[in-house]
Amino acid sequence: MASSTGDNKKYKVIGTRPIRHDGADKVTGRAIYGSDVRLNGAVHGKILRSPHAHAQIKSIDTSAAEKLPGVCAVATGADFPDLKDKIANLGEGAVNLAHLSANVLAHRKVLYKGHAVAAVAATNPHVAEEALKLIKVEYEPLESVTWVLDAMRAGAPLLHDNVVTNSMGKKADKPSNVPTHIHFEMGKVDEAFAKADIVIEREYKTASVHQGYIEPHVATALWNEDGHLTLWTSTQGSFTARQQTAELLQIPISRVTVVPCEIGGGFGGKIAVYLEHVAAMLSRKCGRPVKMTMNRDEVFEGTGPTPGSFVRVKLGATKTGQLVAGEAYLAYDAGAFPGGMIGPGCMCVFSCYEIPNARVDGYDVLANKPKTQAYRAPGATQAAFACESMMDELAEKLGIDPIELRLRNAAKEGTRRVDGPTYPRVGFIETLQAAKASEHWKSPLKGPHRGRGIASGYWFNIGLKSSAAGNVNPDGTVSLIEGSTDIGGTRTSVAMQLAETLGIAAEEVMPRVADTDGVGYTDVTGGSRVTFATGLAAYEVGLDIRRQMTERAALVFKCDPAAVECVDGMYKANGKSLTFRELAGKLGQTGGPVVGRAAVDPEGPSNGFGTHIVDVEVDPETAKVTILRYTVIQDAGRAIHPSYVEGQMQGGAVQGIGWALNEEYVFDDQGRMQNPNYLDYRMPTALDVPMIETIIVEVPNPAHPYGVRGVGETPIVAPPAAIAAAIYKATGVRARELPISPPRLWAAMAAKKP
Amino acid sequence: MKDFEYQTATTVDEAVSLLAARGERARVLTGGTDLIVQLREGLREADLVVDIKKIPELMELSYSPRSGLKLGAAVPCYRIYDDPEISRAYAALADSARIIGGWQIQSRASIGGNLCNSSPAADSIPSLIVYDVICHLAGPQGRRTVRVADFCTAPGRNVLGRGEILATLEFPPIKKNSGASYLRFIPRNEMDIAVVGAASWLQLDAAGERIEKARVALAAVAPTPLPLTAVSEWLVGKPATSETFAAAGDMASLAVKPISDKRGTVEYRKHLSGVLTKRTLVIAADRARGASAPAH
Repeated sequence: MASSTGDNKKYKVIGTRPIRHDGADKVTGRAIYGSDVRLNGAVHGKILRSPHAHAQIKSIDTSAAEKLPGVCAVATGADFPDLKDKIANLGEGAVNLAHLSANVLAHRKVLYKGHAVAAVAATNPHVAEEALKLIKVEYEPLESVTWVLDAMRAGAPLLHDNVVTNSMGKKADKPSNVPTHIHFEMGKVDEAFAKADIVIEREYKTASVHQGYIEPHVATALWNEDGHLTLWTSTQGSFTARQQTAELLQIPISRVTVVPCEIGGGFGGKIAVYLEHVAAMLSRKCGRPVKMTMNRDEVFEGTGPTPGSFVRVKLGATKTGQLVAGEAYLAYDAGAFPGGMIGPGCMCVFSCYEIPNARVDGYDVLANKPKTQAYRAPGATQAAFACESMMDELAEKLGIDPIELRLRNAAKEGTRRVDGPTYPRVGFIETLQAAKASEHWKSPLKGPHRGRGIASGYWFNIGLKSSAAGNVNPDGTVSLIEGSTDIGGTRTSVAMQLAETLGIAAEEVMPRVADTDGVGYTDVTGGSRVTFATGLAAYEVGLDIRRQMTERAALVFKCDPAAVECVDGMYKANGKSLTFRELAGKLGQTGGPVVGRAAVDPEGPSNGFGTHIVDVEVDPETAKVTILRYTVIQDAGRAIHPSYVEGQMQGGAVQGIGWALNEEYVFDDQGRMQNPNYLDYRMPTALDVPMIETIIVEVPNPAHPYGVRGVGETPIVAPPAAIAAAIYKATGVRARELPISPPRLWAAMAAKKP
Repeated sequence: MKDFEYQTATTVDEAVSLLAARGERARVLTGGTDLIVQLREGLREADLVVDIKKIPELMELSYSPRSGLKLGAAVPCYRIYDDPEISRAYAALADSARIIGGWQIQSRASIGGNLCNSSPAADSIPSLIVYDVICHLAGPQGRRTVRVADFCTAPGRNVLGRGEILATLEFPPIKKNSGASYLRFIPRNEMDIAVVGAASWLQLDAAGERIEKARVALAAVAPTPLPLTAVSEWLVGKPATSETFAAAGDMASLAVKPISDKRGTVEYRKHLSGVLTKRTLVIAADRARGASAPAH
């Protein structure tokens, strides 16, 4: 169901639902994933990981492992270049290479349980595992800390002795677990709070959660005798993987080719490298291809979850529900190395509303956990859980309908966000109106122990760089070469934009994701950018092809190119006309092949808003929450392929439901994760969620020729706050800590009973 | 995972002698749904794995109202709930068999394996306890029997000696006016381990009003699945009413001594013990009065 509020342009391809180009390969199991790469003579790499959450490495003795028959190579951190602090931009976030290097193989210290310490390549994975047991590592265990507020306390175990607090450019003089303090402020905050009719302040906590992609990290490396390194890997960004690998090995990027395989999920967690350069080093040592695959526990303990957080928010409003002041304190754990998700958390905490006076303080905090990584709208969900839960409470206290309160304060064109930018045309109000008009909101919820909640969410669309090329084939089809690894059906949504531009069918464009030698530089698949930015590149490829085809048509028609008109894929002049296909058949006689090219770096990122409605039922005896009904309303700008937009909205909501209700890293008092498996890290199964209903709102993005806004990330932002609001209606309990798991909710419900 | 030797036994004697020769370094394989995971994750090690699914006696599933149920130790779960007569007669057993893993797991995993894995949270063991099942064991010293309530000795440990295997589970014939039920609490709706599991069995008088005999057992509240003897005895002679069952639930909450872990806290487990005891007693009483178990 789509409600269009924007332009009424008629499209032939955009807005339709063609079968995805990679569909047959995926459903027949023929698509090549990282684990399907099998090279002649390949050996298998495995990683030894720290049993301690925090320890000094006194020594590593690999001699016994090297002697085990079947072992081909052993590597430790000492085999890699000692990198100085150098910042590499990875597209969606930057990384300090010294930290990246120490994260992927520990140098002098292990900073979390599961931290990689050494690697072995052997003729089969079992021999490699046996060899790991023969590596003797002498540790001196240190005190560890996992909860963000504990890590900030004076006297907390210090993770790095060379990290000092950088507070908006000012550096402190002694080491700290707080690498960064962010401060945003606008207006007169204290004055505004003093004048407000109502002020409320609340604290919220969230646990570390993992993206939970089904496919574990996997990489195969072949370091050829000529010094060229080829990597087959599951990554969200082949160029980013190339850059990180080259930097970590200190070799030129031209020596590295990254072949991106199909990805079994990423959600932000497959941007940083973990295995690639380790497999490369092992390959260089043994002269054979080396394949490395993580087990599930390694994925949980050795890759990047998203931060656990503490957030305190204060809101001031008038009696009529006008927000006048906001203040937020956010502390997010970064894991073992600086650079967590605090920045976007600070930008997003008030991003849905026009609050004239606001102040935000954010802290990036080191803790003995895996280095955090992006997870679908990284940092926004924690912040929205706080702010949106407070909007619900404020609505209740003021006696205003929660949608109405949001409408009175909704961010719109011209609203300035606390971190500076002013919104262009955005569609938040339209999502609220669509929510209000929805069948779900209008139908009464009956029955005991049930409640309905609503919450909104926001996330950016970053632009960044994309390249693409289109080769016109003599049969009138176009082969599209792009560099965005496809994790959400983007091959098809990008191809559809080229098809629309050329006036041909979606099926007549054949998209292919090329390796790093086969296409121009393209940034990561992340930041909800691919359909927007790579789609823009495809549009420009279309324009380039159209211009060249017009010239060819002029040759055929024997007229000036300016006299050729191109309408819906038909080239016309002097009363004569040729279809795109007919003209493509004449390229051989009119000057040879036509290749369209584009490289884009769009400025002015866009903004995506969504509003979610949820009905829950809470078992009054066990506190188990059942999701009865769920509706996602989101501004997609223009839905290129509505099924994929709906899929993103549904998938994000389900991940948000998991985050809200059960997912968490459970640590023991030694900082060891207790549940590194899908049995006890409880993501929702198909039986735990209803069919997620979707309403696509279309307020075209003025910065894109087809009005596209990215849709991938926004849908994970609202669910925890929406569910908490629904649980409140069902039980009278305001849950302010995630997950709202049965033991925790039961304890709160029991405490509330007289 | 370390390489191991795999052997198939076709008789009980063959299995026993293979296992006895290797002692602790040998493991029994039925469905493999616990064993293979444990070997892969390094929780157990084995030099030899002996597959007992080819032993006819261990694949036997036979039932008659007069003699009761004989369940071979290697019979996969699905055969229990696929048999309408057995799943009607032993409804709590069918309740358990239906929720051990998903369908794929149930097509391999056996109740015998669930018992021998001896997890405190095992979904089948409380049901076996309330049916007062007799375990038939075979070992180098011959055959013996053990009451199922005495089978588990600690988490992952049981009474089986070196080379000894579980051959058959013997369920007594179903008594008139009796019924049983198993429920577990999990935060999700499938594919999970019990935070608490509870089985109740009741025998009522002919009018279906008074409790003549009762057995209640819980999982995941103690190092081994726990028969609630005092609660079971207290129920005898009481009216089969919701008040009685609620009071039995309160007693169960006080009777258990669970631990806090990643799946739940002490307080929550105590509370759930009461809720599930009450709920299973209600269902058991309904079934004793003739209500049939839900179809699969």
